[in-house]
Amino acid sequence: MSDSVVRSEIADMSGHETLPRSNGELVFAAPWEGRALAMAIGVVNALGLAWDEFRSRLIAEISAHPERPYYESWLAALERLVVETGAVSADKLVESTSSPSGWISDEV
Amino acid sequence: MNEDAHHHHPTPPSPVETRAAALEALLTEKGLVSPEFIDSIISAYANDIGPMNGARVVARAWVDGEYRERLLGDGTAAIAELGFGGPEGEHMVVVENTPEVHNVIVCTLCSCYPWPVLGLPPNWYKSPPYRSRMVREPRKVLSEMGVELSESVSVRVWDSSAEVRYLVLPERPQGTDGMNEEDLTKLVTRDAMIGVARP
Repeated sequence: MSDSVVRSEIADMSGHETLPRSNGELVFAAPWEGRALAMAIGVVNALGLAWDEFRSRLIAEISAHPERPYYESWLAALERLVVETGAVSADKLVESTSSPSGWISDEV
Repeated sequence: MNEDAHHHHPTPPSPVETRAAALEALLTEKGLVSPEFIDSIISAYANDIGPMNGARVVARAWVDGEYRERLLGDGTAAIAELGFGGPEGEHMVVVENTPEVHNVIVCTLCSCYPWPVLGLPPNWYKSPPYRSRMVREPRKVLSEMGVELSESVSVRVWDSSAEVRYLVLPERPQGTDGMNEEDLTKLVTRDAMIGVARP
């Protein structure tokens, strides 16, 4: 099961786009960060894209917002990927974000 | 990527968690991901694949002499006994540290690394200085990384390859006789299993 989702390209990412880790274990500050990681892997797999399609956008996001937390750039890169590949329309993404349904935020 | 694409990038005003959840809902609706798939990936990356697996292997070998023998005889099979295996771990060789021998692993060609037991490699492991210097002057590099070895200890450097991945079985620390396997697991660090630290 896990074999198919473990991508060597992710381990090979270096520099600013390296996944945050501690003693080799991935570090997630909040559950959504882990889900964002998994979504990117799932989308790249499902769309049959090269990992670089995501990675290049992640690098661009991190360069554009170096102070932003890593996984916020990750999420922004994923949003760009799905919109730019036509998997999801930009309108739909904005619409769904402004009226989340069936989901409760931990934030007050 | 062009500037146009950038300008079309949506900038929703809501908190990032909301955005993540909204995106997941959309992708799920499109059939691109499913909650189960996402859970399985998180589990694979965060729990199943990481130095915790290697630590379990080491702790088992410390408490179970027969397991230790099997591990040193056929690393791949003994590691698979604990349920670990998969890509980048098809042919595992476990090398044992003793009072006379210190082992350390490197990949001089690229960044071959035993994923199923150690997870993702640290950045320094992939760096050209580590890769070249560990072969040329292992004692010096080990000393710089905090492992001082006396002259009587021989150093063996194992060069990983696409065919063979190595794992160091560190020496069980002194004064841990009373500890159980679970507690011992917590003493085993990633770096100790690469051979650049002691547990």
